[in-house]
Amino acid sequence: MSERVTRAVVRDVPLEDLGTLALITLDNGEDFTRPNTLGAGGMESLRAALDTVAARAERREIVGVGVTGKPFHFAAGADLHAAVGITTPEQARAIAEAGHDTYRLLTELGVPSFAYVGGVALGGGLELALSCTYRTVASSVRNLGLPEVFLGLIPGWGGTYLLPHLIGVEQALGVIVANAMRNNRQLEASEAAELGVVDVVLEPADFLAESLRWTARVLRGEVTPNRPEPLDAQTWRATVETARSAVDARLHGAAPAAYRALDLIALAADGDKDASFAAENDALTELILSPEFKAGVYAFDLTSRRAKKPVGAPPADQARPVRLVGVVGAGLMASQLALLFARRMRVPVIMRDLDDARAQKGLSFVHAEVERLAKQNRIGADEANRLRALVTVTTELSDFADCDLVIEAVFEKLEVKKSVFAELETVLGAETVLATNTSALSVTEMAADLAHPERVVGLHFFNPVSQMPLVEVVRAQKTDDAAYATAFAVARACGKSAIAVADAPGFVVNRLLVRLFGEVLGSLEDGTPVSVADAALRPLGLPMGPFQLLQLVGPAVAMHVLDTLREELGERYPSSPGMARMVEGNVPFVTFEGRPSAASPVDISIGQYFGSRADGQGQTADELLVRVRDALAEEVRMMLAEKVVGEAADIDLGMILGAGWPFHLGGITPYLTRTGAL
Amino acid sequence: MPLFGRDVVLIDAVRSPFGRARPDGLYAHTRADDIAVAVVRDLLRRNEDLPPGRIGDVALAATSQVGDLGLTLGRSVGVLAGLPRSVPGFAIDRMCAGAMTAVTTLASGIAVGAIDAAVAGGVEHMGHHPLGASAEPNPRFIAERLVSGDALVMGATAENLHDRYPRLTKERADSFGVASQARYAAALAAGQITPDLVPIGIFDPEQGWGLATADEPPRPGTTIEGMAGLPTPFRAGGRVTAATSSPLTDGATAALLVAGDVADELGLKPKMRLVSYAFAGVEPEVMGVGPVPATKRALELADLSIEDVSLFEINEAFAVQVLAFLDAFGIADDDPRVNAYGGAIAVGHPLAASGVRLMLQLARQFAEQPEVRYGLTTMCVGLGQGGSVIWENPHHVDHAKENHR
Repeated sequence: MSERVTRAVVRDVPLEDLGTLALITLDNGEDFTRPNTLGAGGMESLRAALDTVAARAERREIVGVGVTGKPFHFAAGADLHAAVGITTPEQARAIAEAGHDTYRLLTELGVPSFAYVGGVALGGGLELALSCTYRTVASSVRNLGLPEVFLGLIPGWGGTYLLPHLIGVEQALGVIVANAMRNNRQLEASEAAELGVVDVVLEPADFLAESLRWTARVLRGEVTPNRPEPLDAQTWRATVETARSAVDARLHGAAPAAYRALDLIALAADGDKDASFAAENDALTELILSPEFKAGVYAFDLTSRRAKKPVGAPPADQARPVRLVGVVGAGLMASQLALLFARRMRVPVIMRDLDDARAQKGLSFVHAEVERLAKQNRIGADEANRLRALVTVTTELSDFADCDLVIEAVFEKLEVKKSVFAELETVLGAETVLATNTSALSVTEMAADLAHPERVVGLHFFNPVSQMPLVEVVRAQKTDDAAYATAFAVARACGKSAIAVADAPGFVVNRLLVRLFGEVLGSLEDGTPVSVADAALRPLGLPMGPFQLLQLVGPAVAMHVLDTLREELGERYPSSPGMARMVEGNVPFVTFEGRPSAASPVDISIGQYFGSRADGQGQTADELLVRVRDALAEEVRMMLAEKVVGEAADIDLGMILGAGWPFHLGGITPYLTRTGAL
Repeated sequence: MPLFGRDVVLIDAVRSPFGRARPDGLYAHTRADDIAVAVVRDLLRRNEDLPPGRIGDVALAATSQVGDLGLTLGRSVGVLAGLPRSVPGFAIDRMCAGAMTAVTTLASGIAVGAIDAAVAGGVEHMGHHPLGASAEPNPRFIAERLVSGDALVMGATAENLHDRYPRLTKERADSFGVASQARYAAALAAGQITPDLVPIGIFDPEQGWGLATADEPPRPGTTIEGMAGLPTPFRAGGRVTAATSSPLTDGATAALLVAGDVADELGLKPKMRLVSYAFAGVEPEVMGVGPVPATKRALELADLSIEDVSLFEINEAFAVQVLAFLDAFGIADDDPRVNAYGGAIAVGHPLAASGVRLMLQLARQFAEQPEVRYGLTTMCVGLGQGGSVIWENPHHVDHAKENHR
């Protein structure tokens, strides 16, 4: 992909009675949907502009330098696609050094410099702002941050040195490391100002003119932005070590970027800018070539591009309009779906259950959730009223008659679901789309005896429905394009990302997750100690260990899916007598108070339930890791051979969005490939 | 009392720097409503003692109420400028007298007690919306000979004025044009222009962000000799040239009006008190004489005579139309009381915005000349109208006393 060069153009602006300010605008010439990025050409243009203004500053022709972006954008950072194509250390180092050499011109100007951040400022874009003496930000800006660690890099154009010196080391650790690891959390203007990342928040309506007025006040000495007292180096380093243990608890060394960032922030305590910048160059050179970074950019592209245009979906114009949705059942999943449809699609939703008590229970859940959203100020009072009015319940099947889509969320048993669909067909028009939220049953079989099997699709939402961003959209054998397109339209209208999957047991996400469970539980049955099994997968850096995940899913549910998949896919989804006994005895995998979480420690004593197939010591941690990798690779190969998805990219996208698997694995297949399993 | 009801005072007025309405002009890539937003915001910023919630209405005028001048300007600009949602607004159109009509309309609202304070102004982007470009004149105008074809072409109506009053020669018009440029240049140098300008951030896809801080249309150093040989675009062998016409202009203006008692209550310092106003119709073919009957009517309402008026701000759509006014009232072409800072021929005429520019210039002269008691702002209007507003100087020793003529 050739670089869309962000040009840096300089224009003189009069600064009241103080003289001239040279204002640099970054603009890639595209509309607001295409952020400014800084590739080689962009950096060269910026450098030329800065060379010019530096010379003018020396000649005292200007009193200051401003840097700003095109409307709605400052700069979104380095050109990732150029960086990911790099293959040699020399090229990688050139990227690192070009940024430093250019930004250094700003920090060493003979006059003060000002960044006017009127829009998105991320990564190298924010570092450009940090390289200025002062910063203004428009109150409307919501995307400020340093996402490098999230992608597998470090903020290496000065960020690890400048930010802790500007806002304090603890705050900088939050922005550079913690936010990146919190799924790339970004800052809004007001938060950035509170942290001290920017000096003043101005309203967007006349942002540039007011920024220039503020500049004049600073130059006249009427305003002096607050800057924190620097910590002593020892406390500084101790603070970094505290952050390091938090990173370790999460990553266990699985990916290098966060650790390199911590090292650099610790180094910044010395106050030696040149040494820090040199170390940033070294770190960037190494990380740009790392497989974790390449996987990170791959994952970023999947989630930011492919997720928005599902491969395998029929043209969107084939979708039928959905103006009324029916939900069969009023249990927990059904109620969550009803709320989702009402809230996101903004259409009336009818929930049906067999008796009033169950129906009312579902409605109460919806009302309680609406209440909670209103209390948290996530929706206003009008919206709450609207949602309560949109969701109704009934026991009458005939109330579904006018629905454009009916989704079932009843017990996971094929016969039950078949009879639900058969019954629905007696009251519905021929074009009403029938959807199932099954996670593992065959959609084709569900549709087999219907008069109109072509209208049946799978819409596999993940639990909790409001938070999980993925929907697996399942095409059964006879599903027609209109029904399938409608299902994608519904997923999109619900604000979810979709992947197109064939009607195969467990589809993508559960098939791989349960395979992983099966290997770990199987290993326990083989005699592997629980503590070894618990530690074995840490090199993957998954958001939680297998036992925590089993507990969150619920051991009984997990066993049910494992059993279902074994029936369909065979003995590589093994039975686990140990887990069966635990389920029977209602024994948890982890110890917790209240609710289990990713941090709940594994209860070592559960080892007593396992060992049914032990003919030795089981596996070492390394052996179990290899076993899991090989199993996942085998399953991926089979899924591709069976055409469960069109391409491996959809498996990766599914694992990232459906299971929260990390960017540094690229979902899973880049990791399996680089470890030789695939 | 010349007007019924409460006193209405002008607290402040500001404007954007004016830009040439050209593809390379100051505002070529800036939305018209964004210019108006910046002007309204700075007006309120300069007058912090007025709680924005006290503003009873916002009227913004534009001749072309489409595109970036569409969507009920007073309201949309109010929302975009961050005014409280409780403040209403509307759009207004009387072609060139739009802002003037916004002022008089809201002043009337204040006078009758319907509102306490108002923002009135205008905005025009003749670069984006040339005059009449989106209009579809009714064919009856011509078919039934309601007006001549000339009536819809402003420059042609200026030529018609030369026909009607042969004593209004091209030489007089040229001299007036030169004087307008010279007076503007002198006022600019004396610091009488810039204090009322709102700096506007402007984005240009080639040059990046810039800041508009000065008027673009003026041509300092214009001479009679330099005008020789300029084409007469409105008529072969005509008399009206670019040097004796206001240039096509982009810009915005806004004024803050409050009731006299509200000014006292909030400690706001009035710059002018509204005495009377009038609009009048004339033949569309000679729309430039509109200010004459409008001024006569305003004087009559104020119980004043032309001799009582010591300062005149008359819009220079065309030099000849100013001269027609001066002749009608026996005022010399070079009278220093008339357009002391130069006029639209130099600074530009963003149609519906210009009325408030006249007012803010008059207000500054009132402050400079406390011996002056009354001043006039007046302008001609396309399709045959004139508008006049008479103001009293609050700095004058007799201010607010009963007028004893």
